[in-house]
Amino acid sequence: MTEVSARDVAGVRPLAHTLTQNGEVGGEGSDPVPIETPLRLFLAEFLESRAAAVALAVLALLVAVAVAAPWVTPQNPYDLGSLDILDSRQAPGAKASAGFTMILGSDGLGRDLYSAIVYGLRISLLVGIMSGVLAMLIGMSTGLLAAYAGGRTEAVVMRVVDLQLSFPAILVALMLVAVLGKGVEKIVLALVAVQWAYYARTVRASALVERRKEYVEAARGLALSPARIMLRHILPNCMPPLIVVGTVQTAHAIALEATLSFLGVGMPPTEPSLGVLIANGFEYMLSGRYWISFFPGIALLVTIVSINLVGDRLREVLNPRLRR
Amino acid sequence: MTAFLIRRLMQAGLVVAAMSVIVFFGVNIVGDPVDILVSPEADQAERARVIRDFGLDQPVWQQYLLFLKGVAQGDLGRSFVHGEPALKLILERMPATVELALAALVMAVVIGIPLGLYAGIRPAGRVSKAIMAGSILGFSLPTFWVGLMLIMVFAVDLGWLPSTGRGATASVLGISTSLLTADGLAHVLLPAFNLALLKISLVVRLTYAGAREASQQDYIKFARAKGLSERRIVGVHLLKNIMIPVVTVLGLEFGNLLAFSVVTETIFAWPGMGKLLIDSILLLDRPVVVAYLIVIVLAFLLINFVVDALYSALDPRVRLRDAGS
Repeated sequence: MTEVSARDVAGVRPLAHTLTQNGEVGGEGSDPVPIETPLRLFLAEFLESRAAAVALAVLALLVAVAVAAPWVTPQNPYDLGSLDILDSRQAPGAKASAGFTMILGSDGLGRDLYSAIVYGLRISLLVGIMSGVLAMLIGMSTGLLAAYAGGRTEAVVMRVVDLQLSFPAILVALMLVAVLGKGVEKIVLALVAVQWAYYARTVRASALVERRKEYVEAARGLALSPARIMLRHILPNCMPPLIVVGTVQTAHAIALEATLSFLGVGMPPTEPSLGVLIANGFEYMLSGRYWISFFPGIALLVTIVSINLVGDRLREVLNPRLRR
Repeated sequence: MTAFLIRRLMQAGLVVAAMSVIVFFGVNIVGDPVDILVSPEADQAERARVIRDFGLDQPVWQQYLLFLKGVAQGDLGRSFVHGEPALKLILERMPATVELALAALVMAVVIGIPLGLYAGIRPAGRVSKAIMAGSILGFSLPTFWVGLMLIMVFAVDLGWLPSTGRGATASVLGISTSLLTADGLAHVLLPAFNLALLKISLVVRLTYAGAREASQQDYIKFARAKGLSERRIVGVHLLKNIMIPVVTVLGLEFGNLLAFSVVTETIFAWPGMGKLLIDSILLLDRPVVVAYLIVIVLAFLLINFVVDALYSALDPRVRLRDAGS
């Protein structure tokens, strides 16, 4: 009952209404009622929270800016020829020798900080999303396998997962980076190794529940192959919690990469992610040139907060138990 | 209980063995330590002498066997850079790290519980909403960046607190600590707060949830009906029941604090184990890295074990069992 009223407030009617409404609309011809596909219902419910809507907009903007980096920045920070050492360590608002205004100032190498942040955001997002997707694929397959195979396979997989989750992520990542060394692919590898266990546990938990449901029994009765049942029937129903874990873990991955880069064991200086930019500013901090560390940090913070807010809202919308 | 103990110990032994193999072989492949050990001007004879002295001319697996033999004798190798036993270097720095983690833990409790209680008792108030929003922010803020900002504001701009080092230390039972001198306390404040920030948010949320849930319970309603003072209801009846989850989670998080001190120690130049690890990774000082990892894995297995055992002792509903049995 409460659910119905909450949806009515948002202008979305429950399904029973829609059917009669659509029937009448067919006769009248005017007043077009939007077709309520599951996706639209979902979106409408998601946007009910204003904080989540803003976070989603900010996130979309950040991704767009990162993708379009060369077109929205006055300078290519990788093009060493365009840098001028005389421009280094300028305060926000100073004019660069090339003519444009450096709205966020410049760093120790004379890079326009705004351009460097946009390019850095590109790297941070790329690393975070890449490791998130890879970890999800690996965790999903092992989790599904464990749930379906059961017995010894399950025991071994889940023991490894438990063991890994009993150590803090930063420690495991540091260990791996100490062993593997620097480099983009090594960082991604370390992040994947840290995160796959979360996905595996999530998928296994929901797959175990789904397995006992009637539609799976029906599929078995049709003598479908186990692989088909797992991938086409069970997996799609495990997606909601997986999506939530995916968003939160991507934010974690971005924060972890920044932390490792800050410590000097993450991204190499040739691929300055936001963490590297912040680390570069550290040495100028004590002389009062705050902006070199401050602004990349704000960019990182906004990214992480908006991903977390979106993830939080997804959890609320996708989890039927939390519905009002 | 005994079966649980034995199985846990065997499991721990396996983990340590696997760890030492992975880390030792991995670290050996990364870089050439000869470049660090020998100055560029050294002649061939000098190079050969260093390589022989450190056993670097032997195959990796033989180096590993030597290392294992050393471990059995409590000798985890000598630092290339410091020229001292790696284990000694780590144990020397351990008190500083533990002290920092403890200070952060105390801060989390002292700041987190009152804020969470306040918000939990008046969930509709504006201050309560601000506290809860702040706790979400506390989860999202990257620790290292907050550390930098703390230095900027309190050390550079305001000049109130020192930003690097440990300050004066006092010695108690042979362990030096900063917590007993005024100078040391001033030094510990910023790094401990930085490390505690995440845990403060966690404690606020736990306490908030606990207080909200508990205030609906019959025993609180009964206490109200009995006409007890608000202070007694909150301080005795409510707080006692909230403390169980808070204490458990904080116990589990202590290990996390030790691990995260790597970041805080690097920012505040705190001379603990974490800073030693980062310095050693950057300098390719293999023995120290390997020794640190083995020590921290052992520490973690111990902490996890103690927490599990304590948990079952505190809450009889929890049974010690192994998924494999």
